[in-house]
Amino acid sequence: MKGKETVQNKKIPLFKKRDFQLLVGTVIFWAIFYTLTKFGMMNLYWMHIINVSLIYVILTTSLNLINGFSGQFSIGHMGFAAVGAYTSATLTTIVWNLPSHGVGPFSLFILSVILGGIAAAFIGFLIGLPTLRLRGDYLAIVTLAFGEIIRVTINSIKFVGGPRGIPGIPRFSSFTVIVIFTFLSVIVLRNIIYSSIGRALLSIREDEVASELVGVHTTYYKVLGFTVGAFFAGIGGALLAHLIQYINPLQFGFMATIYVLIMVYIGGVGSLSGSIVAAIGITFLSEGLRLGLDKLDQVTPFHVGPEWRMVIFSVLLVATMLYKTNGLMGDMEFKVLIPEEEDENAKHGA
Amino acid sequence: MKRRKTFAVLVSLLLVVALFGTVLTGCSSKTANNNGGSAQKTESKPILIGGVAPVTGPAATYGKSTKQGYEMALEEWNAKGGVLGRKVKLVFEDDKADPTEAANAFSKLINDNHVVAIVGSVTSSCSLAGAPIAQRAGVPMITPTSTNPKVTQVGDYIFRACFIDPFQGTVAAKFVFNNLKARKAGVIYDIGQDYNTGLAEFFKKEFESLGGKIVAYEGYPDGTTDFNTQLTKIIDAKPDVIYSPNYYNDDGLIAKQARTLGFTGPIVGGDGWDSPDLFKIGGDAVNNCYFTNHFSKDSKDPKVQAFVKKYTEKYGEAPDALAALGYDAMNIMLTAIQNAGSTDGAKIKDALKNIDYQGVTGHIKFDKDRNPVKSAVIIKIENGKQTYVTTINP
Repeated sequence: MKGKETVQNKKIPLFKKRDFQLLVGTVIFWAIFYTLTKFGMMNLYWMHIINVSLIYVILTTSLNLINGFSGQFSIGHMGFAAVGAYTSATLTTIVWNLPSHGVGPFSLFILSVILGGIAAAFIGFLIGLPTLRLRGDYLAIVTLAFGEIIRVTINSIKFVGGPRGIPGIPRFSSFTVIVIFTFLSVIVLRNIIYSSIGRALLSIREDEVASELVGVHTTYYKVLGFTVGAFFAGIGGALLAHLIQYINPLQFGFMATIYVLIMVYIGGVGSLSGSIVAAIGITFLSEGLRLGLDKLDQVTPFHVGPEWRMVIFSVLLVATMLYKTNGLMGDMEFKVLIPEEEDENAKHGA
Repeated sequence: MKRRKTFAVLVSLLLVVALFGTVLTGCSSKTANNNGGSAQKTESKPILIGGVAPVTGPAATYGKSTKQGYEMALEEWNAKGGVLGRKVKLVFEDDKADPTEAANAFSKLINDNHVVAIVGSVTSSCSLAGAPIAQRAGVPMITPTSTNPKVTQVGDYIFRACFIDPFQGTVAAKFVFNNLKARKAGVIYDIGQDYNTGLAEFFKKEFESLGGKIVAYEGYPDGTTDFNTQLTKIIDAKPDVIYSPNYYNDDGLIAKQARTLGFTGPIVGGDGWDSPDLFKIGGDAVNNCYFTNHFSKDSKDPKVQAFVKKYTEKYGEAPDALAALGYDAMNIMLTAIQNAGSTDGAKIKDALKNIDYQGVTGHIKFDKDRNPVKSAVIIKIENGKQTYVTTINP
């Protein structure tokens, strides 16, 4: 108990050894793939898939904050990504009319991504305020409904193309940009989880009534967690829009949320590391199956069509859930993602 | 102890990354050799053509027909000895009708398989996500069925084999006004789909400019199955014709519910009506209905008849418009490669611009926006059968 108090009172410094390791690791990761692509040793397809998987890291970790760490069940996450994507794409493509090959005022793009995140956070806040008083299944249904409301609303706004979507979005989301945003998202989420806010969220997950009794303002923290999750979903959506260069409302439907939800649960509820592993792993698995089936088709006498990709993919997901019920990582974290103060905490057995 | 563990984790991570890197390098350099090698060596290698269509997901039936169209065209060319004396091979990818998946698929075909050209994708949203990748890489692309005008505006490497939404809506309005002599029309459309809203918009515009009157213009949200509210409103306004430019599952239900509400006039639609399932859903209600389409399998054109016969023998079902467009798109691309005399992207692009091709979906030439200038056919539905009515030229 003593250990816990000290952690709560002590501020986490900006740069600790593990933060440094994480930063160095990220820089090495960036440098390797950047050089490989620059010198044409790795083809652009894999670069594209790495970019997509990193965006999924942002979407998955942010959903994990809501579903995993605060124990709420939101299934409208891509609705927030839609808000972020549409806000930033509308700004860069329609309002500022930047050229579609993606050279131009870079600061405007960064501004649009952040505004996208803020817009998503604002919508998340508005939705969270009334709905987070609900629990469990009811919350799930309401978030599902709100996710759909966002999508249908965008559908009926002529200015942003309605169901036609926005084509010709400038390609600003380079590997470097995506790596930086992913790194920042993960760091911020980690810091929140190991701060007093994170503690409050965990206590709500474990027992809402008990945490209310010891003085945790449950609604405040739930709305806060929800808003932060929505903010990063918005960032992820904005980056996706500037990578794919086209968005339409159907992209952010229920199935898209399910895809992110799968990543959260495969990775492990309440584990940032799990979300990172699952987001990258599942994206690569889904794409790797394309190549795998290509090869299989060549070596086997009978025709193996790409239709089988989704079948194998689903079987693998089911198998993972059967043998790893708590997800790949359970609620464990990579050591670099745990602040050093926590070790002390663990020693005291808190 | 702790430090050693972290170190071990870091090292193993690095190893994994490095290993991954080398594997990828190995892969890409191998393929680079395959394609970038000397001319004599590549002479015997097949020309790779990328094909993209949704064979799973919500548009799976469209994807299946289109893919069969690609395959049949390719087989015919190979039977004739291939293109430029080399065999052609299709590398096919599924996009699940999802733009992100489409971007992945296009990127894979271009950067990993090093295809010479791409035929695809089916839905406009997927083509819009794939087109920038093809344009950037300088790989010519032709979409068989994406009707959104924005697709070819992505760049000069992007072509299409079908007519665009404005044209189809306009043709339907002309037909309704001139041939059916209707002066009052009601429109019912899905507001959640770009195709439906596009057709509805241009039908309204043309019909009104011809002097007709749109008495009701009703949208419904995606996934609706009960259209009574909208239909009651439309039928109360007493239209001569109802225009329903939606997909066949909705159209069947709309026709059924409209007949139940007492509407006996013609219901007119677009190429989304073209599916055998329309009769299963609509039954007798789709009698006295018309739709605009890319081709009619009852056309007297010998080229069409030969295609229909061959396709039916091969796949055990009659071709729909998507199969015909997939077939034409692939043929156009292969003809362009043959005309270009090279597998160079820029040369194929120039050959495509100047192409003059007689396909099963009409005579195809490209205008300056790389859209085909071609005709539309009107098909009437009577007693569970499609009959060819007329061809309307642009």
